[in-house]
Amino acid sequence: MRHHSKLIFTLLALVLAVAPLVAYPIFVTKLLCFALFASAFNLLFGQAGLLSFGHALFFGGAAYVTGYALKAWGWNTEWAVLLGMAFATTAGLIVGLVSIRRQGIYFAMITLALAQMFYFFCVNAPFTGGDDGISAIPRRPIFGVIDISDDRTLYYVVAVTFFLSFALIYRIIHSPYGQVLRAIRDNEQRAISLGYPVDQYKLIAFVISAAFAGLAGALKVLVFRLATLVDVGWGNSGEVILMTLVGGIGTVFGPLVGAGFILTMQSYLQGYAQWVPVMQGFVFVVMVVMLPKGVVGEFMVRIFKVQPAAVK
Amino acid sequence: MTATCAAIEIKGLQGYYGPSHVLHGIDLRVPAGQVVTLLGRNGAGKTTTLRAIMGLLRQRVGSIRINGKETIGLPPERISPIGIAYCPEERGIFPSLNVRENLMLPPVLMPGGFSTDEVIAMFPRLAERFNSPGTKLSGGEQQMLAIARILRNGCKILLLDEPTEGLAPVIVQQIGDVIQELKRRGYTVLLVEQRLDFAMSVADLHYVVEHGCVVAQFSNDELLAEPGRLQKYLGV
Amino acid sequence: MTDIFGIPLPALMGQLTLGLINGAFYAVLSLGLTVIFGMLRVINFTHGAQFTLGAFGAWMLLNYFKIPYWVSLVIMPLVMAVLGALVERLLLKRLYEMNHLFQLLLTFGLAQMIEGTLAVVYGSSGKPYDNPMPGGVDLGFMFLPYYRGWVVVASLSACLVTWWAIERTRLGAYLRASTDNPELVRTFGIPVPHLMTMTYAFGVALAALAGVLAGPIDQVKPSMGSGLIITVFAVVVIGGVGSIMGSIVTGFALGLLESLTKVYYPPASSVVIFLVMAIVILAKPTGLFGRQP
Repeated sequence: MRHHSKLIFTLLALVLAVAPLVAYPIFVTKLLCFALFASAFNLLFGQAGLLSFGHALFFGGAAYVTGYALKAWGWNTEWAVLLGMAFATTAGLIVGLVSIRRQGIYFAMITLALAQMFYFFCVNAPFTGGDDGISAIPRRPIFGVIDISDDRTLYYVVAVTFFLSFALIYRIIHSPYGQVLRAIRDNEQRAISLGYPVDQYKLIAFVISAAFAGLAGALKVLVFRLATLVDVGWGNSGEVILMTLVGGIGTVFGPLVGAGFILTMQSYLQGYAQWVPVMQGFVFVVMVVMLPKGVVGEFMVRIFKVQPAAVK
Repeated sequence: MTATCAAIEIKGLQGYYGPSHVLHGIDLRVPAGQVVTLLGRNGAGKTTTLRAIMGLLRQRVGSIRINGKETIGLPPERISPIGIAYCPEERGIFPSLNVRENLMLPPVLMPGGFSTDEVIAMFPRLAERFNSPGTKLSGGEQQMLAIARILRNGCKILLLDEPTEGLAPVIVQQIGDVIQELKRRGYTVLLVEQRLDFAMSVADLHYVVEHGCVVAQFSNDELLAEPGRLQKYLGV
Repeated sequence: MTDIFGIPLPALMGQLTLGLINGAFYAVLSLGLTVIFGMLRVINFTHGAQFTLGAFGAWMLLNYFKIPYWVSLVIMPLVMAVLGALVERLLLKRLYEMNHLFQLLLTFGLAQMIEGTLAVVYGSSGKPYDNPMPGGVDLGFMFLPYYRGWVVVASLSACLVTWWAIERTRLGAYLRASTDNPELVRTFGIPVPHLMTMTYAFGVALAALAGVLAGPIDQVKPSMGSGLIITVFAVVVIGGVGSIMGSIVTGFALGLLESLTKVYYPPASSVVIFLVMAIVILAKPTGLFGRQP
């Protein structure tokens, strides 16, 4: 995988450069936001083996914070996004400290419960705008000069941010830290006996994952100029899990593919909005039973005979 | 020995734990009514062989006949009623149950086993501790319980994995007595043992297992005459 | 009229009754989840949807076939038990070799499918289900509707019957032993895979029973299970896995706590259970009644 990485990233850069010419800019920008969200989630689940059912907390929470900073406080875009990311990072630390005490199934349940708690908080808090959310969020020029009111320009800004974040996540996965994380995922007892401070490693992964999820949420606010309760709901948490599952847990490009698949499916079902949950549930079931390695995962096994660094 | 007297007959048993090939062709025969031991170094595959016989090793190939019936493809719950019971190395006392429940848990599968009174007579210490949680017993008491509970079900072939491990000499003696009594009643016992003196005091036949296959076989008389023969297999 | 810390007694008792009812549902549902988790090591996310199906089933039986509540109370758990057994046999069993998180994802997907389909067919607004026991009794310090009293009695009975079955019967002993060491139990000749199917079916039946009980209280709507199930997850984490009685007590206690919070400090009422969960995790990770792993 290493030797091909320059090639892969060049290809990715090319695809990103051409994308808005072949598809609606808003759609691909949205796709990149969710691809980043899913990549962040995948870092935690695929590499560390921790299934968080409450990642919407970071995504949606950052969305609210960024949106509010932009609209109510008149902050510049770059600072508002950073603030959103800072919120997600801090929240990640707090949630992580509580959840990491338990493993596996319990960890998942705890993250879900904490995210639900945050959801209720958002329902009642005055600055979230309740059911209406925060709308008409302004798109201010970045660094004062880059005018992102044009969808295409915004796309390129998001694409660059995505590319850099993705590259960073890739570096983390392929670093010594990433190796230890996978060792912990595969056999935690062994890692402990080898002297690794396992909880610290897990917590760091959790915080990084939360940070990038928050970045994704903040970017999404720029795209749609809207932050709502849906962003912090457990449906959103479920959706990012689905994207990762479809794409391939533990694969690098799985989240990208998965996000593309799910968002495309949703846009095709535009007229039948109520069928979306049914379809997604169905895809969940089919994927788990028949293609647990995901599209990219199965591809890598069948075509390249490579076992992805996946959850068993 | 006629072929029909075998309680357990294994031919060409290959076993796998996932990608790991752990049994490389086990061949052995346990004659009915006898006590047979599996000897060998740690990791040789003795426990794995017992587990394979019991159906606990999912991937196995070859032939395992118990009381004449082929069991290679059967799950444990279908192997047990043929007349074979298992006492694992870790004893497997259930923490969620008390001593009485542990003892009474295995259902009676066929007639001819010990009655509850007979079991208590053989292991009086257990009756005193009936209401304690299963795990509050000492090592020796747990071993007693683990053996006691499979005596009620009527199965006449017993697989015992290191029954004397970590136990005081007094208890080891008691277990030796139990095995002698079982033999007197016509039970067949296949046991994995590390204590050579104990093995030689109860068994009729010994198989030596190394790297997942049987490398030697000695009758007890042969071994008593020349104990040194084992050195080359078990030597440190 | 007496005031307790500033709240008039009838109002307080009214809230506590509601709390007791919510607690009853928490107890029955967390019991179902705990039983399934103990045997199968699966967190049955579908539990909420199976609860909803119980309620919808009773509504459908009444509206399409004129089958009354008391019959539904028996039929729906049985029907759902059969469906549950099918789910376990055909879907869950195939995943036992895999990481248990995948089973969680499967049950999550199933929950979405069920709720989504109900929403498509019936819309997201609620359908009323007539109270089969109208009226109530005036106890002086409060008015107790008959139906609510029945819900508490029925739930408590279901919980106690389950407790008795697991702790005092031979079958229950098999279940408890299988929770500890399923392999060994199989070597005793006990068909553990069948037990697992039965256990799942039983847990689902409990959820369906709760659903039928819930119908007349509030309305029957597709989303009635999903919000509830997340709270029940928190209840399970608080109570810990390992004690049947623990789950029951925790469920009722948390229902009461929630209603007390609603009376004395309303803004915290929807999150108090989660707060308790966070505290319990930090102080005693295995839960109040959980055994050391």
